[in-house]
Amino acid sequence: MSLKIKALTKSIWVFHASAGSCNNCDIEILDLLTPRHDVERFGIQLIGSVRHADALLVTGAMNRKSVPRLKKIYEQAPKPCLVIAVGQCALSQHMFRDSYNVLEPLDKILPVDLYIPGCPPKPEAMIDGIIKLITKLRKSEKK
Amino acid sequence: MNIKTMMQEHLGATITAWQEVNPRRVYFSVKKEDILKTVRFLFRELGLRFSIASGVDTPQAIEILYHFCDDVAGTVYSVRVLIEDKKSPEIDAITPLFPGAEWIEREMWEMLGIKFIGHPNLKRLLLAEDWPEEKYPLRNAP
Amino acid sequence: MSHRVIVPIGPYHPSLEEPEFFRLYVEGEKVVDLDIVIGYNHRGIEKLAEAKHYDQVAYLVERICGICSSSHPYAYVLAVEDLLGGELAVVPERALYIRTIIDELQRIHSHLLWLGLAGHFIGYNTVWMWAWKYREPVLDCFEMITGNRNNYAMFKIGGVRRDLKDEDIPVLKKAMDELTPVLGMFKGAVMDDPVIQMRLKKVGVLTKEQAIDWCVVGPTARASGVNIDIRRDEPYGALTLGKIDWNVIMEKDGDIFAKTVLRILEMYECISIIRQCLERIPKGEIDSNVKDIPPGEGIGRVEAPRGECIHYIKSDGTNRPVRHKIRAPSFMNVASNKVACVGGTISDAAITLAAVDPCYCCTERLAVIERPTSKKIMNGWDLIKLSQEKTERLKKELHK
Repeated sequence: MSLKIKALTKSIWVFHASAGSCNNCDIEILDLLTPRHDVERFGIQLIGSVRHADALLVTGAMNRKSVPRLKKIYEQAPKPCLVIAVGQCALSQHMFRDSYNVLEPLDKILPVDLYIPGCPPKPEAMIDGIIKLITKLRKSEKK
Repeated sequence: MNIKTMMQEHLGATITAWQEVNPRRVYFSVKKEDILKTVRFLFRELGLRFSIASGVDTPQAIEILYHFCDDVAGTVYSVRVLIEDKKSPEIDAITPLFPGAEWIEREMWEMLGIKFIGHPNLKRLLLAEDWPEEKYPLRNAP
Repeated sequence: MSHRVIVPIGPYHPSLEEPEFFRLYVEGEKVVDLDIVIGYNHRGIEKLAEAKHYDQVAYLVERICGICSSSHPYAYVLAVEDLLGGELAVVPERALYIRTIIDELQRIHSHLLWLGLAGHFIGYNTVWMWAWKYREPVLDCFEMITGNRNNYAMFKIGGVRRDLKDEDIPVLKKAMDELTPVLGMFKGAVMDDPVIQMRLKKVGVLTKEQAIDWCVVGPTARASGVNIDIRRDEPYGALTLGKIDWNVIMEKDGDIFAKTVLRILEMYECISIIRQCLERIPKGEIDSNVKDIPPGEGIGRVEAPRGECIHYIKSDGTNRPVRHKIRAPSFMNVASNKVACVGGTISDAAITLAAVDPCYCCTERLAVIERPTSKKIMNGWDLIKLSQEKTERLKKELHK
């Protein structure tokens, strides 16, 4: 576990899964790769297959059709896999919580390690959140 | 001859009510049996563009509005039909006239339970497979 | 019913073994059929809107789509104002100019976003990085005016929520001045590059008859020769006042090259409209404090970056709508992919599906199934790779 955490905190590979989002958070996540924020210089990479993922970035209000796929994705990710809830919809389903087509909030479906609030959260907020998570992981390893 | 006159002349008594809320918004009613004839005239003869259709569950009936746009004058013509039988509402599908109506008729079917007769592909569009049958989200409780 | 363009899982990295969103049936290299499955984003917004009062609905509809974040609230607000007698009757003049500035800035950011993604799909990652880099100053403008890069919360019934400060105007003018040479660079890069022309010309063609039969809107329709643009057909915002000069951009080939060129040229028009608005914006009120909505029906339409966005409101005099029908432009455009993709090759599938400018993720949720064996042979990630490889092949052939 310790080697994995060490590798994970050096260079996080993230996989993005959306479960019924309006795309704002998704675009801000993609924005992280573009020249202004450029998270690849920190080793954070957005990858194509969940089987190589260290962290799962989840956006969206947990739409009924998307939740089974989200669960499947989480099962395929090699454990330990961090789950990061990005955006208000992933945190608490925002104003869609009364809708007939959304299920439970994300943290009742998957174990969430990091919550990044915002609608959408700014890329700087996401980077800040990931750094806080990495710091916390490193500290808990040292204990 | 302008479009409003052409419509009233050609459709004549098919139009049961005509309301011009403002110069760019016309709402007129036809009986549900006449919908194919009306849409054929609007789409093929007058060349209006089909924008969308909206269905609503009212206490008296299920009402569908088909919104057609005249892009030259910027007017929207909304054709209103009422389906009184709320237990098993049915109406002719307009998808056979042009494919652009396929998705919205599927959506009105799954949201309001309206059966579109003659629709080539009446199956679920937005709702999940495990959504219960006979439960229509946009229907109001009686 | 929310947002038509579904954006299921993943940006451009679909997961394997997933139920498909676009399912392409192929025989050999050729696409023979296309199934489109949507519903992954359906959040029941139309039903939710019936339970909210009119001010809350504006907040709700903003989150239908993140990219056209101001088109939906604008169309909604226009629908209610249509009920009240029309935008011109209800909204003060300064607010009209602010609305148009926001609307056109949004068009620029959306087209740059699309340009970047299209570049990525055909293997020009530099185009992607540069397009998104130059999108950032536009988002900074939004942040300066509205406080947020996306989700502006600017529209309310009867006006706008926040005023444009005097010191913002020179900053906006400067941003527009700096964007013009960038557009020139993109125009040159796209229109003069022979590989891009080979890659995109005569690909994904939607003929004019097909465009009319499938009732498509926006750049998808204009690229096929169908002359529709809500800004000209039923003007709104500052364009109703007749003082702004601008042109509707039209193409006639209906292929992806036409759509690309059209979007780039539209951005020039957006810059021109914004500049004219900044010159002419008068001082005055920005909100007319509408209190009650009488019973009635209203329809509001705006030209979103993807096409006509239409909202219908039915009111019974209470403070909540009885019915709110929302139709985003991609609802009509995505369905037309059935004819645009069929007959093409699988290496062109990714870019054809992206050409109607759906919310970007959709195109990733692709699967290719070979007939007659019904064996699934590739997924979206593979399709994008195929598309990028085709560009490499064409480049090599050209340099021989």
